[in-house]
Amino acid sequence: MAAATDNLIAGATGDWEIVIGLEVHAQVNSKAKLFSGASTEFGGAPNSHVSLVDAAMPGMLPVINRECVAQAVRTGLGLNAQINLRSTFDRKNYFYPDLPQGYQISQLYHPIVGEGEIEIDVDGDAKSIGIERLHLEQDAGKSIHDMHPDYSYVDLNRSGVALMEIVSKPDMRSAKEAQAYVTKVRTILRYLDTCDGDMEKGNMRADVNVSVRKPGDELGTRCEIKNVNSIRFIGQAIEIEARRQIDIIEDGGKIDQETRLYDPRAGETRSMRSKEEAHDYRYFPDPDLLPLEFDQAYVDDLKTGLPELPDEKRARFMADMGLSVYDASVLVVDKDNADYFEAVAAGRDGKMSANWVINELFGRLNKEGLEVEQSPVSAAQLGELIDLISSDTISGKIAKDVFEIVWSEGGAPAAIVEERGLKQVTDTGAIEAAVDEVVAANPDQVKKAIDNPKLAGWFVGQVMKATGGKANPQAVQAIVKAKLGL
Amino acid sequence: MTELTKLTLAKARAGLANGNFTSTELTNAFLTAIEAGNGDLNAYVTVTGDAALARAKESDDRIAKGDDVRPLEGLPLGIKDLFSTEGVHTQACSHVLDGFKPRYESTVTANLRDAGAIMLGKLNMDEFAMGSSNETSYYGPVVNPWQRTNDNGDLSNDKLVPGGSSGGSSASVAADLCLAATASDTGGSIRQPAALTGTVGLKPTYGRCSRYGMVAFASSLDQAGPITKTVEDAGLMLAQMASHDLKDSTSVDVPVPDYTKVLGQGIKGLRIGVPKEYRIDGMADETEKLWQQGIDWLKDAGATIHEISLPHTKYALPAYYIVAPAEASSNLARYDGVRYGLRVPGEDLIETYEKSRAAGFGREVKKRVLVGTFVLSAGFYDAYYTKAQKVRTLIKQDFDKAWENVDLVLTPTTPSPAFAQGEKSGDPIAMYLEDIFTVTVNMAGLPGISVPGGLSAEGTPLGLQLIAKPFDEETLLRGGEVIEKAAGRFTPAARWWQS
Repeated sequence: MAAATDNLIAGATGDWEIVIGLEVHAQVNSKAKLFSGASTEFGGAPNSHVSLVDAAMPGMLPVINRECVAQAVRTGLGLNAQINLRSTFDRKNYFYPDLPQGYQISQLYHPIVGEGEIEIDVDGDAKSIGIERLHLEQDAGKSIHDMHPDYSYVDLNRSGVALMEIVSKPDMRSAKEAQAYVTKVRTILRYLDTCDGDMEKGNMRADVNVSVRKPGDELGTRCEIKNVNSIRFIGQAIEIEARRQIDIIEDGGKIDQETRLYDPRAGETRSMRSKEEAHDYRYFPDPDLLPLEFDQAYVDDLKTGLPELPDEKRARFMADMGLSVYDASVLVVDKDNADYFEAVAAGRDGKMSANWVINELFGRLNKEGLEVEQSPVSAAQLGELIDLISSDTISGKIAKDVFEIVWSEGGAPAAIVEERGLKQVTDTGAIEAAVDEVVAANPDQVKKAIDNPKLAGWFVGQVMKATGGKANPQAVQAIVKAKLGL
Repeated sequence: MTELTKLTLAKARAGLANGNFTSTELTNAFLTAIEAGNGDLNAYVTVTGDAALARAKESDDRIAKGDDVRPLEGLPLGIKDLFSTEGVHTQACSHVLDGFKPRYESTVTANLRDAGAIMLGKLNMDEFAMGSSNETSYYGPVVNPWQRTNDNGDLSNDKLVPGGSSGGSSASVAADLCLAATASDTGGSIRQPAALTGTVGLKPTYGRCSRYGMVAFASSLDQAGPITKTVEDAGLMLAQMASHDLKDSTSVDVPVPDYTKVLGQGIKGLRIGVPKEYRIDGMADETEKLWQQGIDWLKDAGATIHEISLPHTKYALPAYYIVAPAEASSNLARYDGVRYGLRVPGEDLIETYEKSRAAGFGREVKKRVLVGTFVLSAGFYDAYYTKAQKVRTLIKQDFDKAWENVDLVLTPTTPSPAFAQGEKSGDPIAMYLEDIFTVTVNMAGLPGISVPGGLSAEGTPLGLQLIAKPFDEETLLRGGEVIEKAAGRFTPAARWWQS
């Protein structure tokens, strides 16, 4: 797919194109580790979730956790990818104290999931991003260097936890596209419940491969930025790294293939190790594990059990509920959000429900930094509020006030409206009286309005104010126009 | 009581059942024999006498009550130091595992324990099972109870090696320091020491015994098995050692038969293959003669003899010395001085690794870790490891083809009889050639047995090897029994270590 011209960035010698590929490491949602029965629970006391296998005691052997396999297959299906009925595990050898075996069990040669693709959306333009592969591997433990002046401590709770490494093709051309891709992958994983996508806890992180080239040229030399742990940082790291590479090339230099780290505080990427210093991991098939084999029926069975995925859900929201692409896209990004919306929209007008959920509820949640699960206004409460608007019991404006009351004090919207006398005034007599009063009090404005009918709105506003917002705005507008003879 | 230690496992079992003696008496007899003989032989690296006697008493109670008597009730065994035994010395005879006592039990020893067997102690071995003479042990060499006979008919005082890596197992069984022993075989480590000590060594099909809790050398080749005094005993031991184990993904779910049922069935009508490629240059005349003798015995028992070809045999040893060190280099990475065993502190982490591993591993182990690291490294992987795996497939195919025409394959176990300490330790090629007839079996994952066939001109034992189809240990035992009956049993002429 050709890059959109606005993806190019300007350099001294002309425009440059960024080429990005991502390796997303996603922790598999499972109770036990990939090759041992130890718990994967987060936040345990150091070394409290460590089996004899995880600690690499002599003679201990890995045994595959079938649930992790199922999760990888589900994920592969969610990424529209080839599921390999036979895959193998390999050892990646290196020494580090948080790697007790001296090797990580991974899948280099024959991964469980092959090529696939997902669709991303950037500023309304859809683009397909290729998936190269997904493989299962063990996470390492954690070294803690700041607890003792002379020693480092090691916590093996994470050691052996299952990770899925999802490798994209180098199909992204801007930081925005990379961010959209990671967001989409995260959404899919969360829908599938195969990874919680929690980047703060490190349950999802990305290695970002960046290179630059003149449009149409061969791929440039890439640098890999390791372990970037937020979508915002992924964007920043790409922009900064691309600019660094362009500057080097334009100054007549060459890019060294190397592994780099992004330092958000310094706003720069720094070299970790060059290609020459790269580890020789001495990969070879793990002789402790047989090839992982299953049949198509197993895959089909898992496929049948998959939930509705975001793209399908978005299509349904648009087709069945008449939502715009934008609204539908916003709602499906997060499954909890979509579920909330569906609860509100059940039996109600889809568009109106979407407006309330997106503008009022999400707006307010964002402001408070809350997730939808933490919302003080339940879907049932919001639905009731929308019903009050639909039945002309309250105006949209009053509804916003009621929303505020429910948010901060709780309660049923209908009861609040009743108790506080917020029902809309549709009695034309009362409205006429209010209009008369305003007209009488503002003769100058009346004169101006006759010359300039647009000023009728001012009278409507005054009347609404005088009635505490309870007057039906359509009725007020009609009466104002009639009284002013417009 | 010394007579008790001379019993076979089967006879001791019958004696206990008949009330001829108690397990406590039997156990005490062995503890006394170990006390007297281990100084000379160095077969045991640790003796667990108190625990053994406590277990013996429990067995005696069961036998007295007559209920819950288990298959190996009250029978004292030696356990190779490679098997994890809860709370007991488990160091694979390496300095790097100094002081290590696991809080878990290997599946094989747990099976034996649950079958009522008693552990007398842990047996010496080549460090991490790397060696063919038991000279690489951190705990010093094991001495073969057999001695050479001089030209003038006197026994020589030259110390002979008991083979390796299961040298403690073979020596202790040959010297009556246990009824039977566990051992392990990666390239010949059960069969070669059995051949050199006049004992029976059975290496089961890969996957027959669980590797859980066995200190790993080369995972795709390692397999536990027994060293015993007789073929019948080998069957008794294997029946208890073998099991399908969910804790070892490579353990295979096939039923474990009652191996004693096949004994006495003979081999009438069986087809015996004799591979022409095993007639190697430099094979001792007496080995050649023994092999022919074996052929004749089997023929006399009603089997038919067929020359077969295993064309890739000559590549087996070089390929083995790529695959085994490659896996070992990775398996031994966990011995880093961080969590258990020996730690030699350095200035920083890397130096601690380096110092701990430099001090902890012996020369042979270091050599193999280096070889393994080299063959797996970038740029060499395909030339060595990938090629070696291809050879392995070809060796398997050689045997698959052979099984279309034969039921068993007969070969010598080793090219020559027991050698003296130090004789080959400076010549790695000569030492590695000890495994030339045995490694193919590991490379193909097949079961093999070494049975004593006769004595060399020097009066030391020689072994014959039978190889069978995967999981056909029963036929292996039938063939082994025929050789055993024809050849007779062999025991050292003088019990010099008891004095």
